[in-house]
Amino acid sequence: MAKANTFIITSSDQVSRRTILKRFPIPRNFGVPNGSQIEPGRTWTAPEGATRTKQFEVYRYNPVSGEKPRLDLFEVDLDDCGPMILDALIWIKNNIDPTLTFRRSCREGVCGSCAMNMDGTNWLACTRFIEETDSPTRIYPLANMRIIKDLVPDLTHLYAQYELIEPWLQTKTSDPDRERLQAPEDRKKLDGYYECILCFCCTSGCPSHWWNGDRFLGPAVLLQAWRWLADSRDEATGRRLDTLEDPFRLYRCHTILNCTRTCPKGLNPGKAIAEIKKRIADRRS
Amino acid sequence: MEHLSNKHTRPLSPNIQIYRPQLTSVLSIVNRITGVFLSACAVVLVVWLIAAASGREAYSRFHDCIASWPGQFFLLASTFAFFLHLCGGIRHLVWDTVRGFELRQIYISGWIVVATSVVLTLACWLASLLIARQV
Repeated sequence: MAKANTFIITSSDQVSRRTILKRFPIPRNFGVPNGSQIEPGRTWTAPEGATRTKQFEVYRYNPVSGEKPRLDLFEVDLDDCGPMILDALIWIKNNIDPTLTFRRSCREGVCGSCAMNMDGTNWLACTRFIEETDSPTRIYPLANMRIIKDLVPDLTHLYAQYELIEPWLQTKTSDPDRERLQAPEDRKKLDGYYECILCFCCTSGCPSHWWNGDRFLGPAVLLQAWRWLADSRDEATGRRLDTLEDPFRLYRCHTILNCTRTCPKGLNPGKAIAEIKKRIADRRS
Repeated sequence: MEHLSNKHTRPLSPNIQIYRPQLTSVLSIVNRITGVFLSACAVVLVVWLIAAASGREAYSRFHDCIASWPGQFFLLASTFAFFLHLCGGIRHLVWDTVRGFELRQIYISGWIVVATSVVLTLACWLASLLIARQV
């Protein structure tokens, strides 16, 4: 559990306690379409006898009810609950409201299913300690996503963008009799890129993707694009760069670097995108 | 299943309304705002030059505006915006060479941009006040 009380963040898992503003000083429903505006929800109190409780404010949306999204307030009995945000969500689902919906699988930061926005930043619910969050803890789905139900975002568009960069090995030379070999130093060039679990914390935290997500590919997909450009075995580099060389697909990245700040795997999408831009500049000269 | 297939009725989860301001995003938006502000400052600069070229009366009228408290505040703001945008621009140039992308370096360079802009603004004003006193 890394707590940052300094001005210098050295690792993306550090939670900044000294943020002056918890959110940008704009109205809550600023620029939000009518059906997406959030309304106050209900409060669910902890079971009787609970001595150590904490409040969790959770985004709720039920597609069947026809109602707008709302914010419910849950009181969680910390003595009966595990240490992580995901534990709290599971506790709520088991003990208070069984309709609370969220994705989860591995509960150890490997699968990327439980990516969501906690206290204003994207992270995995299974690797964020309850202790690290404010009171009440504010839990929203990944930012800027179409919501299927509660904390479950629709990732269809992001997967389509991922498909666009053709994330598989492409070769022109004839297939060898054995696997394609790679020198250890070439393999090393994939370190920091192959580990991406596609949780989309970075893309969801990217302001440029908020405004131009229909055409800008976003940090997660561009990091994957670099993973294949950097692969010594891949022979489609030229065509891959042609696909990316576009004012929107690649160059809507303005090096804001919210992506690198939020990656739960400690990867560096911002750097990967800079590598792509440099590679395109290099081939022009 | 109709509600699952109809994407357009699905609500959009909040983005800028809830996302926490961080040094990364704040300096980015500041770089943009200062850029727009400096474009307006360039117009004022041209007005200043036109006033100077138009003769004594026009120039003294412009000078009165600039010498007033709001005018002085505008000048201070534009000097600070200039240095902030300049330092931020240099930071971006370094990034274009794929250097300084480790999170630690991102934060250090960010705070250096802020500190340097403050120091340069103060130095610029101190120097011009000293010069003004000597004239």
